[in-house]
Amino acid sequence: MKTGTLKQILLITDGCSNKGEDPVAMAALASEQGITVNVIGVMEQDAIDDKGLTEIESIAAAGGGVSQVVYSQQLSQTVQMVTRKAMTQTLQGVVNSELKQILGKSKTMEDLPPEQRGEIMEVVDELGETVELEVMILVDTSASMKHKLPTVKEALLDLSLSLNARSGENSFSVLVFPGKRAETEKLLDWTPRLEKLASIFPKLTTGGITPTGPAIREAAASFRQKRSLRSLLSSDDEQSFEESV
Amino acid sequence: MMMNNPSKNPYKIEQGTIICGKWHKHTYVIIHELGSGANGTVYLAGTAGGRTALKISHDPLTITSEVNVLKSFAKVQGSALGPSLLDVDDWETPEGRISFYAMEYISGPGFLEFLEQKGIDWLDVLLLQLLKDLQVLHKNGWIFGDLKPENLIVTGPPARIRCIDTGGTTPKGRAIKEFTEFFDRGYWGLGGRKADEQYDLFAVAMIIINAAYPKRFSRKEGGKAQLLGAVNSCSILTKYSNVIECALSGSYRSAEEMRKGVLGVIQPSRQSGHHHTKNQSTSSSKKRHQQKGSAGTGTAAFPGNSARRGSPLKHTAATQPIKATRTTRSAQHTSDKKKKSGLLETAVILAIVSILYFFYLYSQLV
Repeated sequence: MKTGTLKQILLITDGCSNKGEDPVAMAALASEQGITVNVIGVMEQDAIDDKGLTEIESIAAAGGGVSQVVYSQQLSQTVQMVTRKAMTQTLQGVVNSELKQILGKSKTMEDLPPEQRGEIMEVVDELGETVELEVMILVDTSASMKHKLPTVKEALLDLSLSLNARSGENSFSVLVFPGKRAETEKLLDWTPRLEKLASIFPKLTTGGITPTGPAIREAAASFRQKRSLRSLLSSDDEQSFEESV
Repeated sequence: MMMNNPSKNPYKIEQGTIICGKWHKHTYVIIHELGSGANGTVYLAGTAGGRTALKISHDPLTITSEVNVLKSFAKVQGSALGPSLLDVDDWETPEGRISFYAMEYISGPGFLEFLEQKGIDWLDVLLLQLLKDLQVLHKNGWIFGDLKPENLIVTGPPARIRCIDTGGTTPKGRAIKEFTEFFDRGYWGLGGRKADEQYDLFAVAMIIINAAYPKRFSRKEGGKAQLLGAVNSCSILTKYSNVIECALSGSYRSAEEMRKGVLGVIQPSRQSGHHHTKNQSTSSSKKRHQQKGSAGTGTAAFPGNSARRGSPLKHTAATQPIKATRTTRSAQHTSDKKKKSGLLETAVILAIVSILYFFYLYSQLV
């Protein structure tokens, strides 16, 4: 099976958006373009209020991804777990749609007896190990995130450690919001080496507003730019997941 | 499709609940919860055939991949790697379908609990058993992954260590799926997360450290310095310092090799005589053992590379033997150099002679 590329947005935030477009709508839009949106809510002692919590869940639901709220100490482990989980989820979606074609409309993986499910799971595992992965990381740098940023940096370095252990290729990009001048600022352009982040991250300044919606829009656009650039370079007909899902 | 607050368990099942499998029609009566983790909850359940442990998860994928691992363990003859698998099925509830599997119920205290009850003397026994099991696991192409005291249970008597929770078990060469920071070499900055033997052996070293520091500790400066600092400042651990260091730096090639290292700690003199490298005389190493408990053991047990890398770091070891090793090394180095320059000389002479001969032939022809 030709696998193509998995595209994910990973949003790390600690609360509600307060500027620009509706982030849930933007997440739905990204999902329509074959990009999964995952959200991690970071807490300190302060619990995230209900409104923030609802937004986090809704963004992930609309973006077809996974959401999780954690204390900042557990961030490292969560970031890699959420990314992995979302990957498996997407791959399972692909496998399920293949199954539907073979077995008929109503059948999914869960409808099969446990024995056959096991064999399919092996395929999903295999794909998860080898598939090409693109992760756009969106970091909320509003004022309340300031003292959590060192932890976020650690977590992202840890993520690259986990993902680089796979045999498939990875590519990362980091976008922070709000940016210095604009709503978002690209901190790191697409690269297989997320470690580069370590030197840039400490220089970050934090701002007041939280334009989550515009940030997701920008992130999704960044995938498109990347693809068009690549199609200019090489004219191979790379099939992406959006067509098969 | 969402996961939320990790503390709340949405699949809390009441005592006495009857679970009937959709496919195989086996019936289970829930007795009580045994434990819960990130991926599901394990319950003790009664069946017609006795007690079993039931793992229930909201994520059917987790169940399926764990079952795959347990099934492949069943193919490994005569070993006690994980609990044996009894049944896999789905349970239809009004709220939706829940996947579960039934496995052998392994009862007993956890690893740390056992040591607390019976004394630290048992640590060696448990380590040797664990390393033997890991050797079998590795030989069959698997890496345990999430190796930690919580996943180890001591059954018996006679005491026997058993691994439970195979959720993190990964085929060799793939990326580690699940881990716990304290036992993860990536967290300490001492290696990657590709599943290899050394990944598990690193975790074993951390289990030894955990036995002495039941509360664990978090990363400060990280790396080997912090961990070895912790080892050297704890009297229980000093005898293992070489074994731990070798495991942390990934110089054990197999669980078997680490097992020999642990055996060397228990019976130092015999072991050091057995595994001797050529350039160290037996008497000097014995002297070293007497001077400083365990300092020599690991170095002696591991020829070549690891021994060399190990010695300068060992601040507990007496200075004399280190110096000795260094001088032998530098002597070796110079002799190597001499050999190389000799070879070069021969080559140059040969080249000159053949060029002259060529010219000679050429002039003869013309």
